[in-house]
Amino acid sequence: MTGLLVLLLYTIAFFGTYLIASRLLKSYFQRTGFNKLKTVTFGDESAVTANRIASIVSIMTVFWLWVAFTNSVIPLPKLPGPFQGEVEFTYTVTLEDGSSDDATVSIVVYREDIQQTVDADGNPGRAPDASEVEAGDGFAKNDSTTVARYGFKVINVWSNDEVAKADGSVVTAINGQSIEPGERIQVPEGEIGLTDKGTPTFAPATGLRMARLYLPAPEIVWQRFINLMQDGYQGFTLWEHTYYSLYRVIVGFLLGALVGIPIGYAMGLTNWSRGWFDPIVEFMRPVPPLALIPLIIIWFGIDESGKIVLLFLAALWIMIIAARSGVSGVAISKVHAAYSLGASKWQILSRVIVPNSLPEIFTGARVAMGVCWGTVVAAELVAAEVGLGKMIVAASKFQLTDIVIVGIILIGVIGFLIDVGVRVLEKWLVPWKGRI
Amino acid sequence: MVGLLIDDISMRFDLPNAGHVQALKNVTLDIKSGELMSVLGPSGCGKTTLLNIVAGFLAPTEGQIHLNESRVTGPSPERGMVFQQGALFEWMSVRDNVSFGPDMKGMKRKESAERVEHLLDIVGLQDFKEKAVYELSGGMQQRVALARCLANEPDVILMDEPLGALDALTREKMQSLVLDLWKDTGKTIILITHSVEEALLLGERLLVMAPRPGRVHKEYRLPFADLGVGNDLREVKKHDDYAGTREEILAMIWNMEEEIMGRAEDNT
Repeated sequence: MTGLLVLLLYTIAFFGTYLIASRLLKSYFQRTGFNKLKTVTFGDESAVTANRIASIVSIMTVFWLWVAFTNSVIPLPKLPGPFQGEVEFTYTVTLEDGSSDDATVSIVVYREDIQQTVDADGNPGRAPDASEVEAGDGFAKNDSTTVARYGFKVINVWSNDEVAKADGSVVTAINGQSIEPGERIQVPEGEIGLTDKGTPTFAPATGLRMARLYLPAPEIVWQRFINLMQDGYQGFTLWEHTYYSLYRVIVGFLLGALVGIPIGYAMGLTNWSRGWFDPIVEFMRPVPPLALIPLIIIWFGIDESGKIVLLFLAALWIMIIAARSGVSGVAISKVHAAYSLGASKWQILSRVIVPNSLPEIFTGARVAMGVCWGTVVAAELVAAEVGLGKMIVAASKFQLTDIVIVGIILIGVIGFLIDVGVRVLEKWLVPWKGRI
Repeated sequence: MVGLLIDDISMRFDLPNAGHVQALKNVTLDIKSGELMSVLGPSGCGKTTLLNIVAGFLAPTEGQIHLNESRVTGPSPERGMVFQQGALFEWMSVRDNVSFGPDMKGMKRKESAERVEHLLDIVGLQDFKEKAVYELSGGMQQRVALARCLANEPDVILMDEPLGALDALTREKMQSLVLDLWKDTGKTIILITHSVEEALLLGERLLVMAPRPGRVHKEYRLPFADLGVGNDLREVKKHDDYAGTREEILAMIWNMEEEIMGRAEDNT
């Protein structure tokens, strides 16, 4: 249900902000430069440029949805929240002889993450006590209790009554409304019901926002990020977690490239090598690196060497195929021209084939780095002492969703930066790519 | 004997379905040193195959090629190639492309510098020598290809439709350049083209080839190349024999194409 609501809000935001922005910022929505002179642009891909307002609004929308579905302190429109505060209801106990008596139950609903909050003095918060209530008259006495938001409480109303449940006393009505065991009554503050055995229960209204366990508010994640930067997690600083993950990826990738590129060249240049490596490459290529993790753990254990071997294997096949298609992409006229100019085989390789295959190698490197980055996180999820994946999985076991989200954001940002880095390197080393 | 001798060359390609294609049959040519020969013919007449055999990229199934009395068995710097397009090395500057041949021979940059500069002057690319080749226009790229080929001082220059991808105006300028280079350097040049006009203007000797099997159909000796050196090629086209020869060759090729089409229709 919540998922559909997110989809609906997101769709509304997509079209709604377009309608608003295209009216308010008319000038920005006009095509510029040469595209301004084109009378037809629909279907002309070259006339399509990313609308940066859309990019900004898109990120803001994701952030707003994040806020809207949490109990964030950020003052943005939010969905209806969970009930918090005091609520009271009356229950009616009827005895076997037909006599009945009313009493009230006072419930304090407190925030579910109270223990993770810190008060002004730096002390951790704790759950409030139940409020003091008068016992009242009659054989049924007034009760009081507490329950956390999003929680559920079975209330043993007989605990202070003059009659016991075992004696055949039965709760027959809530707030004057008669009720059978197993039934529920909706009140604005939540849901009051009877268990199948007739004991009253109370579940405070949850609203549409998510509890901290499921989706912590942005400011909580930010606070956690600051804490992690200062104190680290599980004996390692955030930098160390990041460093180890990156180190594994870079070493694994470099080894894969170092071995894979020469093999790829050999496959593109000699029959024997192509015949020799073809079955292995074709067999190993479709095997996802993740499927190798169990075997790698059996062979190498969970220390660094195992992970580096795994990433080496993840990068190897991609780099072999990239180098091979790099060789096959060399125009035969270039090779012939070089031979006619007196080049030897070695010169053909070093002066023509290697530089000519660089664009393909870089495309392969980008793919391989992406796969390696995904694989290292997954490998760390399975077994590691340190690393971003390890941090996430350890935090998830302690239900520290905020650390999980910090980790995911970091992984995404670093993956993006790796890609940008390879692209910058590519632009510098292969300036002719896409221009011939 | 000095020159290029193409001695009774035949080329048969076996097809996977047990058939074969006779790309060339009994082609014999004697090309003297310093001759400028253009080769014309409908597609499939084996002219590119002939050039690849002379260059040494293909071995003929029958016959031999001799250049200055030594037998051709593979590519060599004495037979330079100029391709239609895309044979330049994009990762090198214009200057590095031109000095590629001398570099391959292990010649020091200092020694080859003078020759490279001279060639860049001749083809008019002195101002572009530090540029990357992908930054140049198509015509300029072919100038680089010519200079790169000449830098190696080959005996024979083989041109496979070198101007085919250029626009008409650039093409005309380049035709003049080829003529001037031919006269200045005295190289033997074999030029393959699809354009009858180009074949007339750039052929001291013009070879019309016919397909199935690929063979020499007719040979002309023409005065236009000599007339064109240093002159406006448009003036050459006004020569008395020019239009007549052009019409004759056009009709010849037209008939060949018709024949191929007719045969293809018979087969279906």
